[in-house]
Amino acid sequence: MDYLLTEEQKMLQELSREIAREKIKPVAGEYDKTEEFPWPIMKILAQSDLFSVFVPSEYGGTGGSVMDLCIVTEELSRACGGIAVCYAASALGTFPIILFGNDEQKKKYLPPLAKGTSIAAFGLTEPAAGSDASAIQTTAKKVGDHYVLNGTKHFITNGGEADIYTIVAMTDKTKGARGASAFIVERGTPGFTFGKKEDKLGIRASVTRELIFTDCKIPAANLLSKEGMGFIITMKTFDMSRPGVAAQALGIAQGAIDIAIEYANERKQFGKAISSFQGIQFMLADMATKTEAARALVYSCARAIDSGSKDVAKESAMAKLFASDVAMEVTTDAVQILGGYGYMKEYPAEKFMRDAKITQIYEGTNQIQRNIIALGLIKESKKK
Amino acid sequence: MKIVVCIKQVPETTEVKINPETNTLVREGVQSIINPFDMYAIEEALRLKERFGGETTAISMGPPQAAEALRQALSLGIDNAILVCDRAFAGSDTWATSFTLASAIKKSGFDIIICGKQASDGDTAQVGPGISAHLDIPQVTYVRKIESIINGQIKVERLMEEGFDIIESSLPVLITVVKEINEPRLASLKNMMRAKKAVITQWTYKDLELNEADIGLNGSPTKVVKIFTPPPKEKGKLLEGTTEEIVRNLVNSLKGDICG
Repeated sequence: MDYLLTEEQKMLQELSREIAREKIKPVAGEYDKTEEFPWPIMKILAQSDLFSVFVPSEYGGTGGSVMDLCIVTEELSRACGGIAVCYAASALGTFPIILFGNDEQKKKYLPPLAKGTSIAAFGLTEPAAGSDASAIQTTAKKVGDHYVLNGTKHFITNGGEADIYTIVAMTDKTKGARGASAFIVERGTPGFTFGKKEDKLGIRASVTRELIFTDCKIPAANLLSKEGMGFIITMKTFDMSRPGVAAQALGIAQGAIDIAIEYANERKQFGKAISSFQGIQFMLADMATKTEAARALVYSCARAIDSGSKDVAKESAMAKLFASDVAMEVTTDAVQILGGYGYMKEYPAEKFMRDAKITQIYEGTNQIQRNIIALGLIKESKKK
Repeated sequence: MKIVVCIKQVPETTEVKINPETNTLVREGVQSIINPFDMYAIEEALRLKERFGGETTAISMGPPQAAEALRQALSLGIDNAILVCDRAFAGSDTWATSFTLASAIKKSGFDIIICGKQASDGDTAQVGPGISAHLDIPQVTYVRKIESIINGQIKVERLMEEGFDIIESSLPVLITVVKEINEPRLASLKNMMRAKKAVITQWTYKDLELNEADIGLNGSPTKVVKIFTPPPKEKGKLLEGTTEEIVRNLVNSLKGDICG
């Protein structure tokens, strides 16, 4: 379908596709096996300016558009969902600075992030605070012109590899959700260490680690916005980043379709290519239709954000929910089309199924997305 | 340092088809790309600039559509692009081509000229060395590594069939590179945008102040009489048996060939 991309967006799509095909696809299986962080690929993405697309041009980026981020993430995910999330997670860690950083913070942190010489991560989740983000235990206590951080974050994508971290911590526990604040923390700050690296079902090229803060002293100038803004910053960040997760799911679904069609054309049973059987054709047709519907929703949502729509929480949640559910269905069907071969690690289909699962879980489980959508609906109905 | 890269636009195919009547390459219906060996030349130019500083210029001689190849070079990070293009250049052989390119390179200025070892269509490997001869500068072919450039001296490794040579030369110099020298990068978004908007300088034979007699078909001493695929070698005869039998049979059959 023609989505009326601009000349620049077509260029970006072509470039991302080429990198995915030439540089990522050949190594995706190996990274899945070894779980090493794909630094050589990150360097290629940086050299090709792909980290610049989500940063405004005043700070060394090429525009700061969510649509551009979605285009890149989709194409990279088509080759490897794990490598794509290393990229997209840097956008997630960068958005709070773009949205709420002051000029000084932006000037200091955004240019290296746009160049890809630094990558970012976002630290919210804790062992006891998953969907209930207000339960976070990490504290930030103001002492003179510093804050002192104590606590542990876990399941942090890019943890240990990223240079710049946006961390949400409680500055006032008595205020509940309104007592949270967001901080920029640099790797190498004394008192900031890394814990366990997770062994994951999918997206194994990406790294997921614990962040440990032990009397970690950071300058007060690293507070984003004001004290107490932590959750608003988090929610606004997720509104921007969820289309990126949706685009990741979309790319994973498309990659699985690519594999399924190629296999169905080559695989012969009963003397014919299995793509000539209606049972397979109907599956492929449904997979492609659902994926196209997801794409239309993701792109519309990204464009709405870029055009300045204020309240995008509901749409953003819809895009993430729908695209990730589609990715899970489509990748499962791709494994089914490949039959016994689909179940084997020697073939790439099962990796797409494993990679798809996380998109239903992170940046808000799909159950939380439904909460957001329902809340949006109720709020809208009361306005009428 | 002025770094010049010579690139050629070639058909994207490993099986070059030749029109048996005109003895020229069939270009219809085939997409054009930068000669794959020239991609290594472009990459090496970019790396030289990163290592030693300077300015990179890509030069291509060809029809107007060769500007696309130059745009691709710009999107990879090359600073300037010059298209040497004129109807009067049509029919140039490797002599006239290297003469014309040498004139353009002289006009643009140069300290080091980098070419791919050969083009994937013509496969002559003559244009690079030809340029150095016309410019009367040293040349090193089949370079697989540029070790250093210090005080106007360049030290390189030249790939040989068994091992390599280490060669030192003064600048200016022309080198041709092999694929072992580097791994070409992909384009970058910012350079792609710059390339899209770039105005490609175009030089005609008048801009280069050349005589019509020295260029194009007039300036080309090579006459292609016929291009053909050599017939496959006939199968040999395999002698079997014990060593003694084989030797006897061999001697007999040789005698038969000579005497019969």
